Amino acid sequence: MSASINMVALGTIVRREVSRITRIWTQTLIPPAITMTLYFVIFGKLVGSRIGTMHGFTYMQYIVPGLVMMSIITNSYGNISSSFFGAKFQRFVEEMLVSPMPNWVMLSGYVIGAVVRGVVVGALVLVIALFFTDLHITHWAITFFSVLLGATVFSLAGFVNAMFAKKFDDIALVPTFVLTPLTYLGGVFYSIDLLGEPWHTMSQVNPILYMVNAFRYGVLGVSDVDVVTAFAVMLAFVVGLTVIALVLLRRGAGLRS
Amino acid sequence: MSAPALQVNDLRKTYGNGVEALKGISLTVQPGDFFALLGPNGAGKSTLIGILSSLVNATGGEAEIFGVSVHRNRSAAMQLIGLVPQELNFNQFEKPIDICVNQAGFYGIGRKTATERAEKYLKELRLWDKAHMQARTLSGGMKRRLMIARAMMNEPRLLILDEPTAGVDIEIRRSMWQFVSAINAAGTTVILTTHYLEEAEQLCRNIAIIDHGKIVENTSMKNLLSKLDVESFVLDVASMPAELPTIEGVTLRRVDDHTLEAEMARSHDLNSLFGVLTQRGVVVTSMRNKTNRLEELFVRLVEHGREVAA
Repeated sequence: MSASINMVALGTIVRREVSRITRIWTQTLIPPAITMTLYFVIFGKLVGSRIGTMHGFTYMQYIVPGLVMMSIITNSYGNISSSFFGAKFQRFVEEMLVSPMPNWVMLSGYVIGAVVRGVVVGALVLVIALFFTDLHITHWAITFFSVLLGATVFSLAGFVNAMFAKKFDDIALVPTFVLTPLTYLGGVFYSIDLLGEPWHTMSQVNPILYMVNAFRYGVLGVSDVDVVTAFAVMLAFVVGLTVIALVLLRRGAGLRS
Repeated sequence: MSAPALQVNDLRKTYGNGVEALKGISLTVQPGDFFALLGPNGAGKSTLIGILSSLVNATGGEAEIFGVSVHRNRSAAMQLIGLVPQELNFNQFEKPIDICVNQAGFYGIGRKTATERAEKYLKELRLWDKAHMQARTLSGGMKRRLMIARAMMNEPRLLILDEPTAGVDIEIRRSMWQFVSAINAAGTTVILTTHYLEEAEQLCRNIAIIDHGKIVENTSMKNLLSKLDVESFVLDVASMPAELPTIEGVTLRRVDDHTLEAEMARSHDLNSLFGVLTQRGVVVTSMRNKTNRLEELFVRLVEHGREVAA
């Protein structure tokens, strides 16, 4: 297929995904906004006022980048895993499988759709945060690329999860038993400098730590990890997960008999 | 000479659980043909269609669409195919117009052309008034027609219909066949699988019967039907004679007080039958074929195949 034909196919998937996000906005946009508002009220206002400062910022200011990145990660992941598994479950994924569209176009379309949801929810949470505290973005480029890469990593991870999933339980297991613990232990609510050994070292194998801190550096200018390392980790995950997803698509895992 | 619409050579498929669905089948469908692919449930028809549409990976052999290999050049081969699957496989929460336009988009067709085609085919299949309703609200027959409209969005050279009329009422079925016949007359090659054998008999020019993963018959419809040497008729009679007459070459059987069944060679004339019945004072009020001719042949071929296998 020529590049222009591929672009039409890619645009079709993205449009369909975005249309799905807006069609069911009460499921895709509102719940994360409500959850994060509660986090801001409880952790930021009520508990945070007793904690004091962290890296020179109020606790509310410190946790905002973490909570925004947490929203981006969980929504990107949730969007692609439920959308792609839904297409498998209802079998309308076959509309794409019988078309001439190459696998990378299908993967890119779903990933872009999931990144859009992550970014929209992240922006929504950031706007809500501004009702609770003042924020001035320090490094725009780092903020932008950390959001993009963080959302892409978890979109790809959600896609791989949906490829393997045979029932809806299978796409609920990973967020519950992997994603949520990693997010909570990934420096969203605290600096890992507060942790003693071996927890400090152990925290460094958590990929979410790098995403949260890269974004926090972009917004506040402070980070628990080296920002270059953080971007290298995110890029490595993007490359690794892309290769895995494309190999699975090529084999037709869970899609073609 | 142009390449066949479909050329299948020694195609094999063994599933992971060890089931051998296709045992080396070979088949040719010429461009412009209306081809019937028949077989009992589990014969391997859907596996074959799955391989042609790249939803199933073949274990061995080769399939080409208009000379393009499905395995080696999947994208180019898929450009040539339109598939109407057996099971409903569209997003029930989308609108028919979006389902069609999106399908065209997957083939790289721009939105303007896609929208025009969607309107054209939804109108031709009498679905335009439902174009902006959620697909889940459509009736069973409408959903089947929607899948045909969707399959036409890339205006394929080969249209594969896998039991498209299953569970559809007779009126809608006829309108669907009108549409598909017109598509075929305009040059699109059509491959049809169906359990309504009278449809295959009326519509298709060539036929293959598949059973247990093997082709048991592959010929023209005319040739196949000429092999049927015995015909059965059902006669509705005003009154039944006390004793059934004996007529050479005809086997008469009483079904009930007003129905007779007559089985005879196709070469046997009907005059002798009516002559004897008239002599006995039996008034025949109506007559019809007992079964569809193709159905009779189909059952014989499949049963014969099973006896050989046993």
